[in-house]
Amino acid sequence: MKKSTESPEPASREPRLSRRAFLASAGTVGVATVINPNNLVAQPMNPAAASVATDGAEGAVSMTLRINGNEHRLRLDPRTTLLDCLRENVVLTGTKKGCDHGQCGACTVHVNGRRVNSCLSLAVMHAGEEITTIEGIGQPGALHPMQSAFVAHDAYQCGYCTCGQIMSAVALLKERWGPKDDDVREAMSGNICRCGAYPNIVAAIQQVRGKS
Amino acid sequence: MQSFEFVRAQDASAAVAASARSNTAQQGASVRFVAGGTTLLDLMKLNVERPLQVVDINRLPLDKIEPLPDGGLKIGATVRNADLAHDPIVQRDYAVLSQALLAGASAQLRNMATTGGNLLQRTRCMYFRDTSMPCNKREPGTGCSAIGGANRTLAILGTSEYCIATNPSDMNVAMAVLEATIHVQGVKGVRSIPFTDFHVLPGNTPQRETVLEPGDLITHVTLPPAPPGSRSFYLKLRDRASYEFALASAAVVVTVADGKVARARMALGGVGTKPWRSTEAESLLTGQLVGDPAFRRAADAALRDAKPQSQNGFKVELAKRCLVYALKQATQSA
Repeated sequence: MKKSTESPEPASREPRLSRRAFLASAGTVGVATVINPNNLVAQPMNPAAASVATDGAEGAVSMTLRINGNEHRLRLDPRTTLLDCLRENVVLTGTKKGCDHGQCGACTVHVNGRRVNSCLSLAVMHAGEEITTIEGIGQPGALHPMQSAFVAHDAYQCGYCTCGQIMSAVALLKERWGPKDDDVREAMSGNICRCGAYPNIVAAIQQVRGKS
Repeated sequence: MQSFEFVRAQDASAAVAASARSNTAQQGASVRFVAGGTTLLDLMKLNVERPLQVVDINRLPLDKIEPLPDGGLKIGATVRNADLAHDPIVQRDYAVLSQALLAGASAQLRNMATTGGNLLQRTRCMYFRDTSMPCNKREPGTGCSAIGGANRTLAILGTSEYCIATNPSDMNVAMAVLEATIHVQGVKGVRSIPFTDFHVLPGNTPQRETVLEPGDLITHVTLPPAPPGSRSFYLKLRDRASYEFALASAAVVVTVADGKVARARMALGGVGTKPWRSTEAESLLTGQLVGDPAFRRAADAALRDAKPQSQNGFKVELAKRCLVYALKQATQSA
């Protein structure tokens, strides 16, 4: 009765591998088995980049980065941006790559408590500094108040810019800005949302600031 | 991005020695300093800049803002734009500088970008940024694609038949009216460069943008004391309300006595191939009664030599109105 063994699996079978977890683990395997046994070279998923990465590995730089309170020993091609390092080497994929040229803010992270565009910075420049990503400010079940406010205000549509928006918004709380909605718009102008969730983003931020 | 060697400078002398091996300090330099990285990394990703060595100067002790005995201010080369904009002395004595910095880029970029780096900010001309297009600044002798091309945002002052690229910096416009001095450590020792002499016109060598030579490290900028009773203002006009480069901007520092302009410093941004100070407009306004007629005459003088391109003729009137409005703001009774 071979047929019966080929019956479809229950749709609800757990645990299901999410798309994100699949991509993350695929990336890790790709690095470990195909390109570099040390799991340390950038751009593991891209065959074209692999040869570049191999070349670059000759001049690779060793460093220790402190990310979300954890030390990560890395050996990277010096070209690796902080953004690519976070996503491809440390596999913290919450930080997103949008324009990769400092024009959209999707890659916003905190360095020593200040928000920066991780795409326009080399990872190697940040040895010894405190790097915080979206994974470091809250987790499912223990969200940062800003994350909760974004959920409550439906402050996103596709969600791609959201991690950068939230990282910017959290940093904004410690910066000097006026109380008005317009002040928030100015403070957040470095984070572009192509879905146009801006009114709800402003509302979420103002709620957390206690200014709404 | 091309491969490069990354080194961290332990002191200024080491940075100078590394940079001294560069083929040039201008476009296409084989050795580049990196501080904030906001311009350099952007251009390296586009293969517009392809240094063989990148020298990190972030650990050098150049990140302080210090009052000077004469009442002026010393600003380290790696002071971040955000820190400079929010410095209490800058806000009190050099408001135009704080306003200009806060009008530039985004909060994230201002946390990264530095004083020295912003002096060297590169043009946003789309042809300069696109290696598939001819550009005399990027590749001398290939021609200027912007003349007769997409030039709406480009320069109308200081242009040549070789280049019409705009200097994009807001900070530079304020530095021009504050008569800043740029301090450089180089192969032959230290020297200081008056702000107006720092940037050069494109002429037939648009690849050269400043007087810097290989080995030159900008260490700091000094500002003279603010003239007693002076007021300053920065106005930036652009296509969107925030996070956009200037179509035209104006920085002014004005002292008024008995209803007349006793002293004036004026510079324009977004319209010049370098930060555009107009000493002619300043002379014309000095001694005049405060008000629109004199402001308008000064603005006319500042734009007298404007050469509009096919798409940016609107900038002539826009820049004039920008300057007049800035002068009004700076001379309104407090």
